[in-house]
Amino acid sequence: MANIPQKVVHQYLRHDKKFPHVWCAGCSNGIILGAIIRAIASMELDRDNLVMVSGIGCSSRMPVYIDLNTLHTLHGRAIAFATGIKMHKPKMKVIVVTGDGDCTAIGGNHLIHAARRNIDLNVILVNNNIYGMTGGQCSPTTPYGAFATTAPYGNIEPDFDICNLVLGAGASFVARTTAFHVVEMQNYIQAAIEHPGFSMIEVLSACPVIYGRLNKKGGAPQMMKEFRDNSLPVTAVDKLPPDQVEGKIIRGILRKEIRPEYCAAYADLVSRVQVTGGKNDAKI
Amino acid sequence: MSNKVIKDRMGMIITEEDAPEKMEVEATEVKAPAEKDSPVLIYYNWCKKCGICVAFCPTGCLGRKSDGSPYVQAPEKCIHCETCDRLCPDFAITGAKEK
Repeated sequence: MANIPQKVVHQYLRHDKKFPHVWCAGCSNGIILGAIIRAIASMELDRDNLVMVSGIGCSSRMPVYIDLNTLHTLHGRAIAFATGIKMHKPKMKVIVVTGDGDCTAIGGNHLIHAARRNIDLNVILVNNNIYGMTGGQCSPTTPYGAFATTAPYGNIEPDFDICNLVLGAGASFVARTTAFHVVEMQNYIQAAIEHPGFSMIEVLSACPVIYGRLNKKGGAPQMMKEFRDNSLPVTAVDKLPPDQVEGKIIRGILRKEIRPEYCAAYADLVSRVQVTGGKNDAKI
Repeated sequence: MSNKVIKDRMGMIITEEDAPEKMEVEATEVKAPAEKDSPVLIYYNWCKKCGICVAFCPTGCLGRKSDGSPYVQAPEKCIHCETCDRLCPDFAITGAKEK
């Protein structure tokens, strides 16, 4: 351990924690954590003004290793805790890291209502298509026909398209990328942190040890190559014939618009009511 | 090669169909440059031998040892693109140019 490097990423890690980290060999969570750290470092944000919140799951182990203000909360309730932090300290940048099962199954309500409210949270949703930590049960994003330990004959449920769900709920910044496209991911994380309003980035990640093995996807390099060969930028979709687009992962910023932000609207409300004493405005 | 049985870290048997990249290991002698001359630094304590850095190295600078861990097989080929750096899930390799 004598020659731990002092590159950008390593300056943001907690070296009192046990390394190598807990994730399996080839798991994309480390790549995503690296991209988050590079985004934060290149923006030169004050670490005291940043907080990372997570729920329970493989990807939700990230706050253990990153040296920021961190909160490791209940299963599915990461966005609920993050909303509380943002309401109390509106100037803080809040990054929420959750998994697909954490955020769309157990915490599905919190996701859609945070999107509807347009509160300034930056949700990085790590989608590995399975519940990895508990042994490979099928999650809401396990594709139709894929195998899981609770679907040994193939999954018979259609899967969620998380980006469409959040777009429908009214989020103002929605992007999708994969763990292979690291530079793109870093740019989107920067854009999301700068964006005033609810922003969600869906990052498709590789789970080679559980999902990959059950579905004969090969090892980690094969799964990463699949992301590379099987995805299209959103700008190319209109120019290609429909048969080439079908079945591909569409990467890119799917929506970016400025809408009234919840904390700002709440501060407005407070100042407005304080001036009038609340006598003329209330219509009860 | 096809009859060879390889077990992974958890003791499960890997077939060629499961993980072909694990079968393509090189059993030849390894001649890696000394650490101070090497363009890429690898921290074997943190490496989990997933093979991503070797698979995505654009110039073939990195090779795999017989145990699956990476080594610098052609130091002159490194272009400091930092692909291995960014794609390593374990923060165990740095290919950035020394300043």
